[in-house]
Amino acid sequence: MEAYEILANPKNLKRRKIINIVMLTLSVVSGLVAIIPLIYILFYTTAAGISSLNLDFFTQLPKPVGEPGGGIANAIVGSVEIVGLGSAFGIPIGLMSGIYVSEFSKSFFANIVKFVTDVLSGIPSIIIGIFAYGVIVLQTKHFSALAGGFALGILMIPTVTRITEEMLKLVPISLREASLALGISRWKTTLKIVLRTASGGIITGMLLAIARAAGETAPLLFTSFGNSFWSESIDSPTASLPVQIFNYAISPYAEWHQKAWAGAFVLIALVFIISLIVRLITKNKFSQSV
Amino acid sequence: MANEFLNNINEFNLKEKYLSTNPEDSENPVFIKSEEYVNKDAAVQEKSSHEKSAIAVSTTNLSVWFNDKPGIENVNINIKKDSVTAIIGPSGCGKSTFLRALNFMHDLTPNAVVTGEINILGKDITEYNSIDIRKKVGMVFQKPNPFPTMSIYDNVISGLKLNWGHKKGLYDEIVETSLVQSGLWNEVKDRLKISAYSLSGGQQQRLCIARTLAVKPEIILMDEPTSALDPISTAGIEASIHDLKKIYTFIIVTHNMQQAARVSDFTAYFYLGKLIEHSKTSTVFTKPKEKLTEEYITGKFG
Repeated sequence: MEAYEILANPKNLKRRKIINIVMLTLSVVSGLVAIIPLIYILFYTTAAGISSLNLDFFTQLPKPVGEPGGGIANAIVGSVEIVGLGSAFGIPIGLMSGIYVSEFSKSFFANIVKFVTDVLSGIPSIIIGIFAYGVIVLQTKHFSALAGGFALGILMIPTVTRITEEMLKLVPISLREASLALGISRWKTTLKIVLRTASGGIITGMLLAIARAAGETAPLLFTSFGNSFWSESIDSPTASLPVQIFNYAISPYAEWHQKAWAGAFVLIALVFIISLIVRLITKNKFSQSV
Repeated sequence: MANEFLNNINEFNLKEKYLSTNPEDSENPVFIKSEEYVNKDAAVQEKSSHEKSAIAVSTTNLSVWFNDKPGIENVNINIKKDSVTAIIGPSGCGKSTFLRALNFMHDLTPNAVVTGEINILGKDITEYNSIDIRKKVGMVFQKPNPFPTMSIYDNVISGLKLNWGHKKGLYDEIVETSLVQSGLWNEVKDRLKISAYSLSGGQQQRLCIARTLAVKPEIILMDEPTSALDPISTAGIEASIHDLKKIYTFIIVTHNMQQAARVSDFTAYFYLGKLIEHSKTSTVFTKPKEKLTEEYITGKFG
């Protein structure tokens, strides 16, 4: 009865309406603040970069300062190469350790894995670059795409592990029980039922890891180093987009600054295209219903 | 609804006869396989008519412990083949615990310990591995749980596809047979390729039953299979159980005493982890031996 009176009281109703409007406004403003930087980056990079884009930019090697034309073809190929190596190394390890932690984590060891991946995800990327330098570059005595890929792979492991684990934990236990109750073995249940149900989220996590790795500069500075020419193999110094953008951007030449903008635009576009292609390939017929 | 369902079953039986007697068909490899498959049914049926009184499940001093607290204690029960046994009792009395002990589902629960003996189809349960036992003892759960990434068709054959790798030619036959048996065929025959999640709750549960039947178990455990469903779906599932008990042994946990009375031949009453009474359903509901049972079924508590 009392509650009913409070509801019916016009003074209370007015106060509740005001609070509602204030809170709603705050939420909308926060939402806008969150998307403004992203939209601003996209528009500004496109506006600044697109004017210096032409076919040469994608097919030519960099030219010395003062010479017009030239491109960053070697950096584009190098980036794809290094990120590819990193993914080939980091994604399987991240995926499988995520499966282990989520599906078989009754042991003490699984908790250690969980804790260490958490710590690893907080380590600054430059430290991981120095680690890769110590482990690979110092041993082989030269910079290489391999060392760069190794550094990016280590960077990807914690992201992929944690997202895989989170996504697998979202799959209800009842689905695992249903599968096991049909006499389906544990590993097939994990692979064909649990992993498939969670595949949408896991793929998103992988893409996130790939996108982050593609934009990393610090770990590549002393691993894959950079190269003004085509690299001979994955065992030699290799140019990459972020390092090339960094080198152009810190130079004192206006035309190189222009190229840095164009490179930044290409990097964003590349990440976007990779996400799109992977999404299209792995699209599940029924993924909307999950 | 029930009539329509019975017609389905009759159609299905005719088809079975036709398949197993028509010699022309045996030249077609697809049909040879079908025949084997159907003959397995027939063999089960024949065997069961010989051993009408045989025991499907028998337990001796079966106890299940969770963290040193007993879920069920010293359960001794013999469950007859090709019959429906209902398990009733108040919440937390160990009905589901008992059911899940019969196909190793406690493997999934950390800190669960099962002691005592279980005999399934004349063999001690320790002689089976967890995969074999689950093929013999299927299970339907309380909430419908079709696989969300699969179509209706793929859901039905999932147990076969992920286990034995049958030839594809056999799948169509099995899908139809299983869906007819679970009473869903007429509703979904034109849209087998759509997502299983687009079905209603009752249809999803019947799909789960079809999925279990497709593996050809001999015993089917049902853990409150209709508690999340409307009365019409419930009636459909009860009709299926009634028709299928000729070839399968059902053990059904239910909170609904009317349901126990409607579908079961035998009723077991559990209370606080102990089996209080197990007898013919008509006896349990009209002349219970134990006072506890009487109080429960008359609604004095629970």
